[in-house]
Amino acid sequence: MKLRFVLPLVAFFALVGLLWVGLSLDPRALPSPLIGREAPQFDLPELRDPETRFSSEQMLGTPALLNVWASWCVTCRQEHPMLAELRRAGVPVYGLNYKDTRSDALRFLTQFGDPYDAIGFDESGLVGIDWGVYATPETFLMDRNGMIRFKHIGMITPDVIQNEILPLYRKLEAES
Amino acid sequence: MTARHWIPALLCLGALALATPTHLAAGPTAPPSEPLVFETPEQEARYQKLVRELRCTVCQNQNLIESNAPLASDLRRQISLMVKDGAETGEVVDYMVARYGDFVLFRPPVNRTTYLLWYGPVILLVLGLSVLGLVLWRRKSRVTSAPLSADEEERLRRLLDEDRGGQA
Repeated sequence: MKLRFVLPLVAFFALVGLLWVGLSLDPRALPSPLIGREAPQFDLPELRDPETRFSSEQMLGTPALLNVWASWCVTCRQEHPMLAELRRAGVPVYGLNYKDTRSDALRFLTQFGDPYDAIGFDESGLVGIDWGVYATPETFLMDRNGMIRFKHIGMITPDVIQNEILPLYRKLEAES
Repeated sequence: MTARHWIPALLCLGALALATPTHLAAGPTAPPSEPLVFETPEQEARYQKLVRELRCTVCQNQNLIESNAPLASDLRRQISLMVKDGAETGEVVDYMVARYGDFVLFRPPVNRTTYLLWYGPVILLVLGLSVLGLVLWRRKSRVTSAPLSADEEERLRRLLDEDRGGQA
């Protein structure tokens, strides 16, 4: 007879647990299928110097960040100082300027500063599709062999830098 | 309408405009798309099926054909190009999954992480039916009483006879 009371109680708590987990997940955080795989290759015109090219191969050799941004993206504006911070910490920061116009993007850099080692100008957004970009800003961390090891969607915060990007970057740096 | 009525109405509209998340679906507005021309009706059908079965990752609850997000229009263009190049449905789906993960599929694949999703409802149904069956079976077994003893039979017959006699 005890079962009669215990069973509904167990069912109730199971449901509460399930909803608790389900509702605390962030539906916008899509796990990237690219993590642990080789970064998609690209060869784009450099944003600041259209005569030169910026290809994915240039990021090989050391661990590096690729930050996808655009001048129309409000969050990118807020995130921008964080990239300079990472640059100061010694992390190579590359940019992928996504679906932007050259003049807007250049104005953005004059206004907010330019922490990038090189910026690919992805006007059509095709390279963005290859990288599975769906909402700017998105930031990828690659190891020296060009393998994607980490992806952050949305704004990089000081917290993300301290707890996620820098520790992983140091670890990748130490890897031979 | 007096000012008392339309000022709050205007405020509400303003709040709505402000509350609309712009940064997520942000992007330059998509250029007006030119009508799609396919070589064969079969290609057109394949395209239509694909843009209905693939999810827009920005808006999440819309498929690619319903969404106005710039990314959705880029993906539609990409798919139409692939279909025109003769890509099979499976190839296009693989292309999308390689970039955006299983999430882009409105019909998720059956694998270890989705067993519960696919078979959960069936398990729940079976579980529910067996509980229902158990309850009904128990109730029935409780109602069926033991056969009457000889004494009780005798008493019952007498009572029935009496009853019949009274009516006559």
